[in-house]
Amino acid sequence: MIGMDDKLSFFKNGVRLDGRRPDELRPIKIEVGVLERADGSCYMEMGGNKVIAAVYGPREVHPRHLQEATRAIVRYRYNMASFSVEERKRPGPDRRSNEVSKVSREALEPVILTSYFPKSVVDIFVEVLQADAGTRTVGINAASVALADAGIPMKSLISSCAAGKVDGEVVLDPMKLEDNFGEADVPIAMTPNGDITLLQMDGRLTTEEFRKALETAKVGCEQIYEIQRKALVDRYSHMEEPESCNEAVAEGEI
Amino acid sequence: MDRMDRNVVVPGDLLSDDPKKAGEGTYVKDGKVCSLLYGMASSYKDKVRVIPLAGKYVPSPGDAVIGTVQDIVFSNWIVNINSPYEGLLHISELPRKIEMNEMSKYLRIGSSVMIRVKDVDSTMKVELTLNDRRLGILTRGRVAEISPTRVPRLIGKGGSMINMLKKELNCNIFVGQNGRIWVDGNDDDMDLALKTILIIEKEAHTTGLTDRILEFLRAEKEARS
Repeated sequence: MIGMDDKLSFFKNGVRLDGRRPDELRPIKIEVGVLERADGSCYMEMGGNKVIAAVYGPREVHPRHLQEATRAIVRYRYNMASFSVEERKRPGPDRRSNEVSKVSREALEPVILTSYFPKSVVDIFVEVLQADAGTRTVGINAASVALADAGIPMKSLISSCAAGKVDGEVVLDPMKLEDNFGEADVPIAMTPNGDITLLQMDGRLTTEEFRKALETAKVGCEQIYEIQRKALVDRYSHMEEPESCNEAVAEGEI
Repeated sequence: MDRMDRNVVVPGDLLSDDPKKAGEGTYVKDGKVCSLLYGMASSYKDKVRVIPLAGKYVPSPGDAVIGTVQDIVFSNWIVNINSPYEGLLHISELPRKIEMNEMSKYLRIGSSVMIRVKDVDSTMKVELTLNDRRLGILTRGRVAEISPTRVPRLIGKGGSMINMLKKELNCNIFVGQNGRIWVDGNDDDMDLALKTILIIEKEAHTTGLTDRILEFLRAEKEARS
């Protein structure tokens, strides 16, 4: 009983502090098409993370010199709201969000068919409204769904999630406490075929542990993919046979 | 393949094991046909294709579109055609000859035109033309905008939907491939036309739409009289 002698533990009877098993994801909610203005958009919650993604384009490139003659460029802007964390975050881009933007863009770019739209740009904006560890993975998941919603041709969706190590054990999708006080964090992104497009690691892991973390995160991505796919399919299939549009409109008018 | 018909698919979904069946909106990987888009899968002339639910208009030669003049530069009008690429209308592409200093008399900034895409080159330079009797400057009526991906639905199989609308609404309607629609008629008819067009856009992915729209129009007209 570690809890007895004042040493904090990340596990109680084999479950984590928030009641999850080591290989369990936090609850996920995805809403597609939440913004009117954007060409594609997605709101996603994963545990305490709340993220909104908007996609614009393909559209004309401004400033002009960034434009490429044979393909579309992809821009990704990851931004945390100043109120997204406990201690107010100074607004605006900083070293961390620049890095997250870069790796996230590179995680999505391989599946986008940029050659279809030469001289144009696909702009992706990800706003973190509330952060609870793993915001880059949630941002990538939301952006991937928003890209599909915008009708941008892609080879597949991208799913992303992290694995971590706490108390010497590999866990899936670490939450804030586990991320802050744990020993390692391995965020990955991949296609449903298992091609990895993002792989980062923070902390120390043995080769064995790393393999296990990667395997755990891959399984998490597969589960997330199913949720992403369902969110997109459900958006239209529940309207497959709507009630007569007569009634729907007539009611609104009276 | 029937199971696949009218099914919502997401990018990467497996559509067929026969690479010969790859149609629009698909790609082939390792001999398998996969979807490239978020849309509805359907079979068409023994191919599988995916009809997108959203997306931008990409100009292709021969398309009739509706554009707005954005700028006038040396012997060219720059025309916004609701696309990532702007169109160029050269002074020589008008039905009659015009002097360079008279350009803004004929077509001012802000004017709307029914126009045809003459050519698109590999650098996505879009050349437009007005040299066709069915094309011209819009001086009356209204312009509505819908997603370009819903245009085929608004026209319907062999023009069934659009012909029905023209007949029932007593309006002149022109559907541009870029999702802009010009409607001309009396005010009440135009109101109803724009409302109907928006309903069609919203329900483009449903079946039996033409019949339901016809029913809707009849009911609306009855309520009016």
